[in-house]
Amino acid sequence: MASAFMQPGFGEAPGYSFSQAPTVAASGAREHSFYPYTDNGGSTLGITGQDFAILAGDTRSTSGYNINTRYAPKVFRIGSDDESGAGGHIVLAVCGFAADGEALKERLDAMVKMYRYQHGKPMSVKACAQRLATILYQKRFFPYYVHAILGGLDEEGKGALYSYDPVGSYEREQCRAAGAAASLIMPFLDNQVNFKNQFVPGSGVGHFLEAREPLPLPRKDVEELVRDAFSSAVERHIEVGDGLQMMVITKDGVEEIYHPLKRD
Amino acid sequence: MNHFPQAWGRPRDDVYGAYNHSYLQMTGPKQHTQSPIVTGTSVLAIKFKDGVVIAADNLASYGSLARFTDVKRLRTFNDTTVVGFGGDVSDMQYLDRLLNSLDIEENYYPEGHRLNAQNLHTYLTKVMYKRRSDFNPLWNAILVAGLDGEEKPFLAYVDLLGTRYSSPSLATGFGAHLAQPVLREYVPDEKAAENLTQETAVEAIKKCMKVLFYRDARSLDKYSIAVITKEGVDLKEDEKLENQSWAFADRIRGYGAQVV
Amino acid sequence: MVGFDFSNHNRNLALHARGVPLPQATSTGTTIVGCIFDGGVVIAADTRATSGPIVADKNCEKLHYIAPQIWCAGAGTAADTEFTTALISSNLELHSLSTGRKPRVITCMTMLKQHLFRYQGHIGAYLVVAGVDPTGVGLFTVHAHGSTDKLPYVTMGSGSLAAMSVFETQWKPELTRDEAVKLCANAIQAGIWNDLGSGSNVDVCVITENNSTLLRNYITPNVREKKQRNYRFPRGTTAVLNEKVIKREDISKYVTVHELKDDSETAVAEKMELDA
Repeated sequence: MASAFMQPGFGEAPGYSFSQAPTVAASGAREHSFYPYTDNGGSTLGITGQDFAILAGDTRSTSGYNINTRYAPKVFRIGSDDESGAGGHIVLAVCGFAADGEALKERLDAMVKMYRYQHGKPMSVKACAQRLATILYQKRFFPYYVHAILGGLDEEGKGALYSYDPVGSYEREQCRAAGAAASLIMPFLDNQVNFKNQFVPGSGVGHFLEAREPLPLPRKDVEELVRDAFSSAVERHIEVGDGLQMMVITKDGVEEIYHPLKRD
Repeated sequence: MNHFPQAWGRPRDDVYGAYNHSYLQMTGPKQHTQSPIVTGTSVLAIKFKDGVVIAADNLASYGSLARFTDVKRLRTFNDTTVVGFGGDVSDMQYLDRLLNSLDIEENYYPEGHRLNAQNLHTYLTKVMYKRRSDFNPLWNAILVAGLDGEEKPFLAYVDLLGTRYSSPSLATGFGAHLAQPVLREYVPDEKAAENLTQETAVEAIKKCMKVLFYRDARSLDKYSIAVITKEGVDLKEDEKLENQSWAFADRIRGYGAQVV
Repeated sequence: MVGFDFSNHNRNLALHARGVPLPQATSTGTTIVGCIFDGGVVIAADTRATSGPIVADKNCEKLHYIAPQIWCAGAGTAADTEFTTALISSNLELHSLSTGRKPRVITCMTMLKQHLFRYQGHIGAYLVVAGVDPTGVGLFTVHAHGSTDKLPYVTMGSGSLAAMSVFETQWKPELTRDEAVKLCANAIQAGIWNDLGSGSNVDVCVITENNSTLLRNYITPNVREKKQRNYRFPRGTTAVLNEKVIKREDISKYVTVHELKDDSETAVAEKMELDA
């Protein structure tokens, strides 16, 4: 709207003169008043270990300074038969625009199920990850406004984690934080999971000091790290809070854990 | 006066600038339904142990004009579900027609499955998300109240973007700011909703309707309220706000130094 | 030169037009309230300060001292509420000294609104002014553009609607002191739980005819839970690339060196929070 009145010499001049009146009409389409996206806040996080993967997300849904609800899951089982989770071994975490996230989840879920019915075997995480990338890229010019993280166990039974940008660029990683508090959580994970900026005391002097080698962490340690990452994000990010939903994927299936978080 | 009769009586380009044709576009994206015209304000709802209470006032505003004062913004579906509409009234009437046709279609067979509140909410979510993805949104914020597949209380929200969520208490529009804090005192979590009685739930909603009438300039003291339980829907469409208190008003004198 | 320095205004306009964003000010996206009772007035505030979606301060003070019997709760740009209340506090003190009378709430409110009106809303201070003076109890709101309101109960900030919902359902004429404190604390809590701009603790200030009491952190419903893990690093975890030792004899040429009593004590005013 405003752009129509922002002609040079039209609004700026203190004394309006005839000669300054624009004789060419404002060109182009009028600005749309409808914007098809919104940000529902929240954060998600994924870490893998030797034989498991954990995906977690807070359960707050926001719009502006409002809390929509204190329980809106952001982490979903993919390709499982029912809510019990039987048959599923893949988990998807999405944050950003919740409606897109849900639509994305439902499409991927349907595709993974179709694959199983057609091929008589469950889809591998690797294949599912590639499929998710194509789904995202199909909407390259009207994207799903979400940061997705996909987790599961690979063909060797090792924890697998894939993270995505909204248009389908993806990468397999050890750990990833996404969403509102990603910039708060990610440096913590770099330090505590991959031991960045940590050296082995007494192993050398100055530049010859040896960096601490990252090892796959046990499940208990990872669960504790996830809880600390979220309880800290809640302290410093207003859109994160209410509850923490964790999905632990092991060879025995998918286990869901819930912990309450601060509600202010 | 110049030699172009078609320009006579029109604003002169050299004085007013050329006409901005972008206001009258023939090509390009659709412009209708790009903003709401006649609108309804908040819808409120709260779950209790046996069902859900939902309410909305009977006003349809035209900008700041209180245009229609007996518009019913709650509609029943299947005698088991109530849908409450906020936002554009013409889009509400379209959705009403859509739900009527859905109802007819679903009831061709006298026996069998009936759509419950949860099914209806999923349906509406798909409609709303499809329309927003087509850049032709239905400008509404909707609450669906009723019972789910297990006959447990169900309450959920969906809006023009296809965003959906569920909570023990919900409120759209101004109610999200003014009523939700009050309702959350009654039902901070699902567990509290399982212990709430119907009387307390109705009292909570009535209290909130009063707060909204005090503080929302686009609201009315006439409202509709519905209680949904296993026994069915009890919808009252001509309620009046009772026991208003304007006790604070008698001591107000001006806004500064004035004392009389 | 008196007042603000505008010499960078044109440069900043040019930068802004070229796409340089404005620096983000710390705002107290806040819930603040005030309520009159029989014989006095209560004001209250939450303690969260934000910078965009980030919490800048978890326990800041939003209740500002103006005069012994006049206090002010501030919302909006943190610096503006801080400096505006400090300026008016100072001017009110001078005014009180020159007239030889106790400062009045109405005087304070008028000075604030005239100051703010002059700056046409560019000073983003949204205030609740409360106090008791020889003319009685006073409670006002002052908006950044200079408008004021006089009401028996008031709310301001991003949580004002949440707080107002509490007043509209629980307020009654003729409150006692304790009832008013409880009501204000409830209103602030409505903001803390329902408004993302507000959070942490409740601060309350009660002003009566003979004294005013600041109840800092009156309610603390948001104590952080214990961390699951210990994040203490073993000594030597950080690489030392360069080392330079400055002796006390060398440094004392430039600054005064104080001897510490104990090795374990550090000379900082506030002790840093450490993990167990």
